[in-house]
Amino acid sequence: MVTLLLQKVKYTASKNICVKISLSCRHDDLKEMLDSNKDSLKLEAMKRIVAMIARGKNASDLFPAVVKNVACKNIEVKKLVYVYLVRYAEEQQDLALLSISTFQRGLKDPNQLIRASALRVLSSIRVTIIVPIMMLAIKEAASDMSPYVRKTAAHAIPKLYSLDPDQKDQLIEVIEKLLADKTTLVAGSVVMAFEEVCPERIDLIHKNYRKLCNLLIDVEEWGQVVIINMLTRYARTQFLNPNESLLEEGGEKTFYGSDEEEGKEDKVEAAALVVKRKPYVMDPDHRLLLRNTKPLLQSRNAAVVMAVAQLYFHLAPKAEVGVIAKALVRLMRSHSEVQYVVLQNVATMTIKRRGMFEPYLKSFYIRSTDPTQIKVLKLEVLTNLANETNISTILREFQTYIKSMDKDFVAATIQAIGRCATNIGEVRDTCLNGLVQLLSNRDELVVAESVVVIKKLLQMQPEKHSDIIKHMAKLTDNIQVPMARASILWLIGEYCEHVPKIAPDVLRKMAKSFTNEEDIVKLQILNLAAKLYLTNSKQTKLLTQYVLNLAKYDQNYDIRDRARFIRQLIVPTDKSGALSKYAKKLFLALKPAPVLESPFKDRDHFQLGSLSHLLNAKAGGYQELPDWPESAPDPSVRNVEVKYPTEQSSTEEQKKSTKSKEPKDRSDSESEDEEESSTESSESESEEESESDTDAKKKKKKTVKKWRIYVSFCVALLLKCSFPSPQAASPTCGPLKTYELLHRITGEGLAVTYCFSRRPFTGDPHMVSVQIQFTNNTEVEARSLRVLEPKLQSGMRIAEFPEIDVLPPGEISTVVMGIDFCDSTQAANFQLCTHTKKFFVTIQPPVGELMMPIFMTENEFKKEQGQLMGMNEITEKLTLGEGCRGDHVIIQRVISTANLSRVPCGSAMECRFAGKTVTSGSLVLVTVVTKEERAAQVTVNCEKMLIGTMLVKDILQALSQ
Amino acid sequence: MIHSLFLVNSSGDIFLEKHWKSVVSRSVCDYFFEAQERASEPENVPPVIPTPHHYLISVLRHRIYFVAVIQSEVPPLFVIEFLHRVVDTFQDYFGVCTEAAIKDNVVVVYELLEEMLDNGFPLATESNILKELIKPPTILRTVVNTITGSTNVGEQLPTGQLSVVPWRRTGVKYTNNEAYFDVVEEIDAIIDKSGSTITAEIQGVIDACVKLSGMPDLTLSFMNPRLLDDVSFHPCVRFKRWEAERILSFIPPDGNFRLLSYHVSSQNLVAIPVYVKHNITFREGSSQGRFELTLGPKQTMGKAVESVLVSSQLPRGVLNVNLNPSQGTYTFDPVTKLLSWDVGKINPQKLPSLKGSMSLQAGASKPDENPTINIQFKIQQMAISGLKVNRLDMYGEKYKPFKGIKYMTKAGKFQVRT
Repeated sequence: MVTLLLQKVKYTASKNICVKISLSCRHDDLKEMLDSNKDSLKLEAMKRIVAMIARGKNASDLFPAVVKNVACKNIEVKKLVYVYLVRYAEEQQDLALLSISTFQRGLKDPNQLIRASALRVLSSIRVTIIVPIMMLAIKEAASDMSPYVRKTAAHAIPKLYSLDPDQKDQLIEVIEKLLADKTTLVAGSVVMAFEEVCPERIDLIHKNYRKLCNLLIDVEEWGQVVIINMLTRYARTQFLNPNESLLEEGGEKTFYGSDEEEGKEDKVEAAALVVKRKPYVMDPDHRLLLRNTKPLLQSRNAAVVMAVAQLYFHLAPKAEVGVIAKALVRLMRSHSEVQYVVLQNVATMTIKRRGMFEPYLKSFYIRSTDPTQIKVLKLEVLTNLANETNISTILREFQTYIKSMDKDFVAATIQAIGRCATNIGEVRDTCLNGLVQLLSNRDELVVAESVVVIKKLLQMQPEKHSDIIKHMAKLTDNIQVPMARASILWLIGEYCEHVPKIAPDVLRKMAKSFTNEEDIVKLQILNLAAKLYLTNSKQTKLLTQYVLNLAKYDQNYDIRDRARFIRQLIVPTDKSGALSKYAKKLFLALKPAPVLESPFKDRDHFQLGSLSHLLNAKAGGYQELPDWPESAPDPSVRNVEVKYPTEQSSTEEQKKSTKSKEPKDRSDSESEDEEESSTESSESESEEESESDTDAKKKKKKTVKKWRIYVSFCVALLLKCSFPSPQAASPTCGPLKTYELLHRITGEGLAVTYCFSRRPFTGDPHMVSVQIQFTNNTEVEARSLRVLEPKLQSGMRIAEFPEIDVLPPGEISTVVMGIDFCDSTQAANFQLCTHTKKFFVTIQPPVGELMMPIFMTENEFKKEQGQLMGMNEITEKLTLGEGCRGDHVIIQRVISTANLSRVPCGSAMECRFAGKTVTSGSLVLVTVVTKEERAAQVTVNCEKMLIGTMLVKDILQALSQ
Repeated sequence: MIHSLFLVNSSGDIFLEKHWKSVVSRSVCDYFFEAQERASEPENVPPVIPTPHHYLISVLRHRIYFVAVIQSEVPPLFVIEFLHRVVDTFQDYFGVCTEAAIKDNVVVVYELLEEMLDNGFPLATESNILKELIKPPTILRTVVNTITGSTNVGEQLPTGQLSVVPWRRTGVKYTNNEAYFDVVEEIDAIIDKSGSTITAEIQGVIDACVKLSGMPDLTLSFMNPRLLDDVSFHPCVRFKRWEAERILSFIPPDGNFRLLSYHVSSQNLVAIPVYVKHNITFREGSSQGRFELTLGPKQTMGKAVESVLVSSQLPRGVLNVNLNPSQGTYTFDPVTKLLSWDVGKINPQKLPSLKGSMSLQAGASKPDENPTINIQFKIQQMAISGLKVNRLDMYGEKYKPFKGIKYMTKAGKFQVRT
């Protein structure tokens, strides 16, 4: 507490000082602190500067002093400098450039999180000169191994686009590449970038549609919202309207089909229709979307629930939309802002699909503690839900509302009663009586509102209600609210023949008070006078003249105009034209009764849940929800034939990887999910196979032929996406080579094997990940399997696998450990312990496992190769082995020997591969040139000659077999 | 998406601003102040306000307006939900979310906001990840930091964002491993004049406080899972398992979190644990009114009804009240006309009552509205819907955790019309 107080004192004191000295020498103390070499002083200074920024004070003059610290070691100082830099870089462009090199260095850092944060800050600096640097950085990051860096790249795309829209075409390429990404981390971010940069390029989605649907449930919640909204739009362009067949004959049905039975009826009718006409069959992809979004209605995030609700509203067959009602009603318990938005959307939905919310009628009842804007919206929903069966309960509810203390709400209730009365004929008289009773209410606002509503109701059947009109005429003495007075006068004028005696008297009173009335009342007095003059000129001629004269000299020109116009029209003079003959027709024409309708009618042409829908006006950047197409576009565009086998294996691979990564922790759920998604994807594949014609099958056969050629390409692609082992990814490469760590006999029943999974080791990129598999062949369970006392060469490090508690008899368990071999083939020795025994074991890596693949273009490869000539180049000639014919065999053998990736190459005689060593990151470039008669030449360029020599040997051996 | 954020206090001062894209002048808030002036009550400010170049989306929490500025189409709930998440995070970090707390921790607030959004798009909103990035300030840490000059920012880069279980930190260690679950149900009800229930529904949540080492995998099963007809889960819950077996299976986040919230809708029968007898009348012509209120328990299954608080907004015409409570104390604010009566525990043998007279404005006619009565109460060791946890099992770790489950029923929006 004391320190807090002290801090506060310090804080206020420093603030005062700042204010005092700000005019003469601004922030000199801060500059001094920033220049000092103590981190604590720098931190204190940065904290004060950030506090200034937060309060909106200008701190831009400190820019040079702050930007110097961009490379500071202290993480917090660094972060605060970033905050400052991003805030002021736009104003101090030249100085901001000083910091760029730091970030460029950061982009090359081996730690993925540092790479990501460097890209994040770099792309947030809004300085146009660095656009090319940003572009380059984004492109590079988009093919980074780490999905987190790729996600950051996706975030950077809209930043660059807003800075320089000319980059659009290049950015679309990056987006296209990232859309193909298969990790959940990237999916949400890249779709967001897609929506901001090129929402019109719907064609980019085709190939990724199914993948997005399947990933959806595992994407983080904010990404889900964006993806769902985008997919709604996509579905509207690609699929047929599931309700189309109903729509055409729906016209008559809606007259009676408003009950809960509506759904059933629909089904029956739909069934009947299906028999009659060409049956509607839902596209399996359309079904996939609906099925995969449904569980998200259970999300804790209101935005996700709303997104799914709007998707169902816009895309689902009528009979299925009902599921969203429950979830939306649940949201009503949330914060009042959430309620406000949800109610707006429910109001729109209730107009189209009333039956859906009827069971939840009571959830919309109003509490006295609700804010007025919520009350009004609930009222709107209740009014929309009213029908013959529930109107009596609703009206009883309305009666209690009228007694509320919140007068705005009472006024809205009266409006609502009016609307119920117009919509439901049975209760019109009841409502009218109720409203008339309100005319004697003490609150003027209530009376005024009732008058306005009664006026509208009376217009529907005036002849029955002359006594109400008389009653209202009496009110003119008391009511002061202008709108109500105007309404009464209009009523009397309009129906003066129903109240022949009273009308002239009202005019007389009004003439007396004319000068003190509000403008709208004056206009209605003129109106009344004119109408009475036409119907009952004997009694009112003089009065009318008088009123017209008063109006002639009114201050308001509208009223003067009106007076002049009326006089010309109704008072016959010799000059008056032909119009005066028609005066009666003009004034006393039969007016159609007003239709009281919801302000939410027709709002559903905006996508629900959108800002535009809420405001009922198009917001900037709103993407129109397209109408359903007349006939379905080709569904085969979504087929992903070429990638079909890879996709399969990769999901399997993922499954494996998650299992091995965290064997105990997550395996259960993850494998469950994965299985789910893989079965689902295969399901949709097979569905589509059976449904789409044989064409696809033929294509598939062709693909199988081409498949071998594609392998190399896919391998490269996969590596780029950090999908680990190329061998595992492509079935032709065969399984991973396993080595024995502990034989069954020496291990006394415990057998241990290991293989190099070729996957980057999580946690440390300098380590080779080694997958170890334990098999318990004994009758008793082995306990606490762990690593003990590693004996390592200097520099080598081991990341031990998490201890295995229990390995039951006959079971197999797999774990991953990381070893940093320091780019040498020296063995790592350690002990493997069970709860009773210890075993000495050794892992010796083949040279090919000490490297990891990198992706390069042909040009880059040539450039790098040029720099690694002379001593760094080792060339050997060889004769290819018997079975080693053709490109793909060579590629497969090289890749299984060494963890490298294929470099695309123009010439058919050459194969190139690239990688870098795991620890030091030195490049390893391999070229295999084939010549006549099985002769070939292998060239390895590598800075580390030892590795180069060993690698050449291994490759020679592999190729000459 | 979200361009900028302004924090406005109840007196209309902007005390914090943060921009994620180019800077938006704070004069944009003038449109907000205009709307604020037009609204009679603070909660009546429309959440979405269009201005010529921007849209303002705001939420009101703890008497602070969080005003987000956006420039183009974005789902409004997206922004609102995010703003609430921001407030929750502040509350989590500072204990309270007041203007003073935010001003005192302005640097932490800034660091948090920086991590939560990137270019206006949410980046890290999971509190476990944030806590790894930025440690919450505690008094001890403040003392240590001022002495040693160390920082609040985590030295290590967070790995949570990269893992498959983003909500859980790795390497959690506790000496006492414990898992507590609170089943809390709130009854929302409207009771009409005659005492019959117009609408009643139950909103339930299961809040958990889990302090377990390593990566525990928990399963929670219910005696009567059918009761839960509408549920929403923390992302850690495996949905498929719930669908198939009605069992909650999850790897819990570390610390406090909301595992599940559910809704038992008005279509089911809901037991109402208290009843109110009331007689509030104003006589025409006299400047006196009568006020009588008696509370009593019903359908509580023998559990005591505690912390009862009755409040009512009396009509504007009431000048003062002169009441006599049989237990507890009452207050009446003559300005806001808010009557509140702190009853405490209801003794079924001697029912609490509040009786007396109200004095009205002389000469004014009798108010035609009757006040509604809002009631708050708590019942320990009972979930009114009848929900019961069957068992909690842990897999994946070998120690034996301490487990505890608590039930509680509370009044939510419980109103009695008179």
